[in-house]
Amino acid sequence: MDDDTTGETVERDGSTADLATASGDGAGADEPDRSGVSRRWLLGAGAVGAAAVGVAAGATIASASEPDSDPSEGAAAAAVPFRGEHQAGIVTPAQDRLHFAAFDVITDDREKLVELLQKWSAAAERMTEGHSAGTTGAMNGPLDAPPADTGEAYGLPPSQLTITIGFGPTLFTKDGQDRFGLAERRPEALIDLPHFPADRLDPARSGGDLCVQACAHDPQVAVHAVRNLARIGFGVVSVRWSQLGFGRTSSTSTTQDTPRNLFGFKDGTANLKAEEPDLLDEFIWVGKDDDPAAAWMAGGSYLVSRRISMHIETWDRTSMREQEMIFGRDKGEGAPLSGGTEFTEPDFDAEGPDGEPKIALMSHVRLAHPDDNDGVQILRRGYNFTDGTDGLGRLDAGLFFIAFVRDPRTQYVPMQTKLSRDDLLMEYLVHTGSGLFAVPPGVTGPGRWVGQDLFA
Amino acid sequence: MTPTVRRLLAPSLIAVVALAGACTDNTKEAASGSDDGGGKGPTTIEVTDTGSECTLSATEAPSGNIVFSVTNKGSEITEFYLLAEDGKSIIGEVENIGPGLSRDLVLRAEPGSYVTACVPGMTGDGHRGDFTVTDSGETDATSGEMKALEAAATKQYKDYVTQQVGFLVAGTQKFADAYKAGDDDQARALYAPTRAYWESIEPVAESFGDLDPRLDLREADLEAGQEWTGWHQIEKQLWPPADFTEIDTPEERAKMADQLVADTQDLATRVETVTFKADQLGNGAKELLDEVATGKVTGEEEFWSHTDLWDFQANVDGARLAYQALRPIVLIKDKDLAATLDEEFASLQTELDKYKTADGFQYYTQLTPEQVKELSDSVNALGEPLSQLTAVVVL
Repeated sequence: MDDDTTGETVERDGSTADLATASGDGAGADEPDRSGVSRRWLLGAGAVGAAAVGVAAGATIASASEPDSDPSEGAAAAAVPFRGEHQAGIVTPAQDRLHFAAFDVITDDREKLVELLQKWSAAAERMTEGHSAGTTGAMNGPLDAPPADTGEAYGLPPSQLTITIGFGPTLFTKDGQDRFGLAERRPEALIDLPHFPADRLDPARSGGDLCVQACAHDPQVAVHAVRNLARIGFGVVSVRWSQLGFGRTSSTSTTQDTPRNLFGFKDGTANLKAEEPDLLDEFIWVGKDDDPAAAWMAGGSYLVSRRISMHIETWDRTSMREQEMIFGRDKGEGAPLSGGTEFTEPDFDAEGPDGEPKIALMSHVRLAHPDDNDGVQILRRGYNFTDGTDGLGRLDAGLFFIAFVRDPRTQYVPMQTKLSRDDLLMEYLVHTGSGLFAVPPGVTGPGRWVGQDLFA
Repeated sequence: MTPTVRRLLAPSLIAVVALAGACTDNTKEAASGSDDGGGKGPTTIEVTDTGSECTLSATEAPSGNIVFSVTNKGSEITEFYLLAEDGKSIIGEVENIGPGLSRDLVLRAEPGSYVTACVPGMTGDGHRGDFTVTDSGETDATSGEMKALEAAATKQYKDYVTQQVGFLVAGTQKFADAYKAGDDDQARALYAPTRAYWESIEPVAESFGDLDPRLDLREADLEAGQEWTGWHQIEKQLWPPADFTEIDTPEERAKMADQLVADTQDLATRVETVTFKADQLGNGAKELLDEVATGKVTGEEEFWSHTDLWDFQANVDGARLAYQALRPIVLIKDKDLAATLDEEFASLQTELDKYKTADGFQYYTQLTPEQVKELSDSVNALGEPLSQLTAVVVL
């Protein structure tokens, strides 16, 4: 059955077939190829009978496999370490699927909040290793109790699951109230994002006291992670909104191809990459002297989320010439209109025979390029989404934009202000949701938990 | 009620079955997680079935949690039983253990003599042996003290159910009389307070599969051609939607009202002989919160009268009473759970109290979406720990 599924692998245009190999050179490259045997079974040490079970489990995995990258095999199935200097899920090569959730804290009890973060950290570590959320797992708890884990990821490999936890401005101060004695530790950079031109934000899709970004190569694994964390949180937190994303729109490693957004373009070619440590230190990781009152953020980053709806149907009626002019890149290769190939630096001074710039002044590539933003860069990690159709039969779809920055005040806000005002693409976009979260550094030592220094 | 009629679960076996692979997972998970259950560790008995022989690493264990870790080294699928001394009554079993695999049977056994059996091929008597459980002196579900507490709990709950049914019978008669007499104002005033007695013991009523649909079916739950009777049919006549033609002749009114009274009396008669077990109280409490979460928080139960918060309160009351009856047991076995449940019942009540009025509650339609979300959050906060109640009581 495993073989059958693999045999049906679809190579859409030749670029997808390399995915497993490509990401195999990334962070998870040291994981040996398990050749279809679920990691889940092997991780628990070489127990007698594990191999036999593994074969049986292989059948389950095959039914969940992707047509273009079988997550039961190779690096796509492997585990990404939860612990590290920085939280995983930022410079981790972007996985294919997202479930992002924002939570409201519904208790006033600081101790309960701390306990939740401890429980979340423990559960997140287990799940990223391919284990179940609770200590007794999905299948082997007492028959008279509900299972500790919800079970839908049972038998699935880790699938490079990452769980990234962040803190919204309202966790520190809400309606002028210092809710948990954290107000004076609120980082200056954790601002309330300003209103950008043409914003049409839905409060029910914006903000949140906490956020969880779960990314994986298997959507079931990502959804399982958020579902179980939400379940652990009942009584302490309540999901405010959540968003599923089905296709990464950025590459965060030079080993990855640049994917396409729902406009059909390669977007984010000039993204920051895991292989650029100096640039990451400059633009992504909060330095230890950045904000003395918020030293707990050193090694962390700020996550900007924007739910950007696309006017898909009107875009599809737009001529190819105009589409390419709006992006400033050619649609097929993603090369700048000034010439070359995808990774050729755009030449913003190049003029056509008519004397007009080859890359239009208000094109997306020009306005978003570091050259036009005082050299500032960001790490984009967004996902395509569709939430079905609206009542008029139009796709309710777009880009769930996620970016990580060292300081949103100097990196995201100026850039978005300009894009919202000038970008030709804005005619086809409307921002419907928004969030800004302080993502604390990763956890290293045993027993430590995400955000511990904030509550110290 | 819900479209699917649920019955009180009555598990006779307290057994946990685990796959070998999951077991390796679990070992790892137990190591990385905290075991704050407070109980003693289980005794593990290794059972090896070679197909021709069934070997146990020990034939004696202290009372309490016992894990039989069964490994199939034979060539056929096998199963393992722990039987009572008579060799017939099943105390616990694991089935479908394939060649090369292991599965665990976890159970709690009281002191006494037992029989073990490996059954390769899963037919016949299999290879049998004697097994003894000695008295560990541990206070648990199998000890005399705990049995006395269970008996007190089930009696307390039975008394509550009997009392509520008594109120329900009397209230239903008054309601039916008012409706038959055409006194719609009086009937509307009696509707929600009377139904509250029903809602407080709904899982008991649901355990009589036929009565619940007759008394409590919602219009949306009807199947094609099914006759609609019960509370919600009259509810729609009393709170008729626009362009709805009421069923309104005195004869029709009498028919509906008399049926309601007769079915309620039927319920009362059947409740007289009902007996409860501790796990039914735990499951009943959980089911009542499920009712709130799926029917009342959403405003679906009282579609025409919008008196959902009366039902909400009654469901919570019923769950609280079941929990209160079990609480002495929970205090012994899991104090933390008792503390959590005490706290969450109280905060849900605080939340509900916000909507109390002189003659009951606000109507569901008067609630804002934010208020509904707050109520829902409180229901989740209680529902999650309440779902642990049964296991704590029976294990």
